[in-house]
Amino acid sequence: MAAITLLSTQGLSKQYAGLTAVNNVNFELPTGQIRALIGPNGAGKSTFVGMLSGRIESTSGSVQFNGKDITRLPAHKRISLGMAYTFQITSIFASLSVHENVALAARRASGRAVNSRVRDALGKVNMADRQHHIASDLSYGHQRLLEIAMGLVQSPSLFILDEPTQGLSSSEIDAFVALIKSIAGDTTVLLIEHNMDVVMATADYITVLNFGEVLAEGTAQEIRNNAKVQSAYLGTSHA
Amino acid sequence: MKDQLRTSLFHLLIIGLMAGLYFTLPEYHSGVLARAMVLAVYAMGYNLLFGYTGLLSLGHALFFATGMYGLGLAMQHLDVGASTGIVFGLIAALVISTVIGFLALRTTGVAFMIVTLMFAQAGYLIILWMGEYTRGDEGFAIQASERVLAGIDLSQPDNRYFAALVLFGISLLLIGWVVRSGFGKTLVAIRENEERARMLGYNVHRHKWVAVIISGVLSGAAGAAYALLFGYVGATFATVQYSIFPLLYVLLGGAGTTLGPLVGTVFMYYLIDLSSQVTSAYLLIAGVALILLTLFAPQGIIGELRKRVFPWLP
Repeated sequence: MAAITLLSTQGLSKQYAGLTAVNNVNFELPTGQIRALIGPNGAGKSTFVGMLSGRIESTSGSVQFNGKDITRLPAHKRISLGMAYTFQITSIFASLSVHENVALAARRASGRAVNSRVRDALGKVNMADRQHHIASDLSYGHQRLLEIAMGLVQSPSLFILDEPTQGLSSSEIDAFVALIKSIAGDTTVLLIEHNMDVVMATADYITVLNFGEVLAEGTAQEIRNNAKVQSAYLGTSHA
Repeated sequence: MKDQLRTSLFHLLIIGLMAGLYFTLPEYHSGVLARAMVLAVYAMGYNLLFGYTGLLSLGHALFFATGMYGLGLAMQHLDVGASTGIVFGLIAALVISTVIGFLALRTTGVAFMIVTLMFAQAGYLIILWMGEYTRGDEGFAIQASERVLAGIDLSQPDNRYFAALVLFGISLLLIGWVVRSGFGKTLVAIRENEERARMLGYNVHRHKWVAVIISGVLSGAAGAAYALLFGYVGATFATVQYSIFPLLYVLLGGAGTTLGPLVGTVFMYYLIDLSSQVTSAYLLIAGVALILLTLFAPQGIIGELRKRVFPWLP
């Protein structure tokens, strides 16, 4: 299968009053791939995906999605082109029911068969029996899964997940890994993740950011053996 | 769809109940209810923006007065009939709310409150400034002979009651339908978590703008109806006080409920009416009642009923 690029960036940068959070990142994500984005805290991962989804305005550079330049598009238009995004800090409609949370996501993508799509999406995260619960009554882990269901129900072509397993129990993490594997192929996934077991279990390819720049890219094996990555993570860098 | 149907049936029942009240209540009370229904339409417009979208405006008197003066000035100076006057009032409210919405929605939170307040003050001052046409503070009366819509004399108490009921009924069914629609549910999503709504792909700004316009036109319709039914157009209706009233009505009755505005308006009317019969310090009694309600029923009367007893209330 020839790799078709779904998302790419050229020279994407973000400066905050003198601090360069992301510097000149060239990035390519082929359709169907599960890509992990890793790096130490403060490496610019969330800023980078923020610029992909439009939450954060880039200082310079460009973003292409599905062959279209989306650099100037506001976030809601990028999402409606087929991106879904989950926040690093869980962001749901706390006072609404679980069903309505997912239905809101479903209706925006398409008005058809909303209820059955909501049921399917909740089923995928094993929450079908909690449809009528109020979202704020859910445990933290379930709130995270709810947000993932809100992404899934949109049937996105690109699903961006910002540290989705943070705060999940180990059994929930196992279920999450299985879920990501099950949507692979239909959905391209960009996953920011600190849990290396999750990264190794799911990612086809890994991009490592450090100090806002791409430090290395490769398969799990290549990244594991990369000396620069090891020193960045272990703090033995001479730079 | 079932949800929509149930809501509409419930609202039709309420409208029928209001019709029945006319035949059972003494004339004084039906007069109060006619006025309360018109003001409830104003509060319903306010509620769409405040209760459902989460935008607190302190300048809705501008929309109410725009509808009122749109109708009043057209009937007074252009010599048009009541029906054309209504069209003038509605178009004026549509134009003003579109422009004000566009400008005020560049701000959020407290800044939005201040900006809407300032626009309403500007509107009030314009009414005074154009005293030659508006008769300023004094205002002007619309003669009973002109208050005839489709051959019906609206200066008669019975006609007035049912005209108010028709406006209230249409507004209630419309609001009931809007808040149960995908659009209305998106407004609630924006109220609950604007950033999440945006990152689900909703055009938050456009939704808010449309909400301001619907809210403004409903408020304007109430203003036009008030002038037509009660025969008076005056600058008092453009003051800050009239921007605060719908906020109070909605808070008391229940923000984000379809019946809250009516219940709040009627409650407030009778609270002031009854307490002023007892003492000249009636505002004190009204104030205490408001504080008690805020303390023990923070979601308003209908809001608390929905929370505790009838979760299906729209």
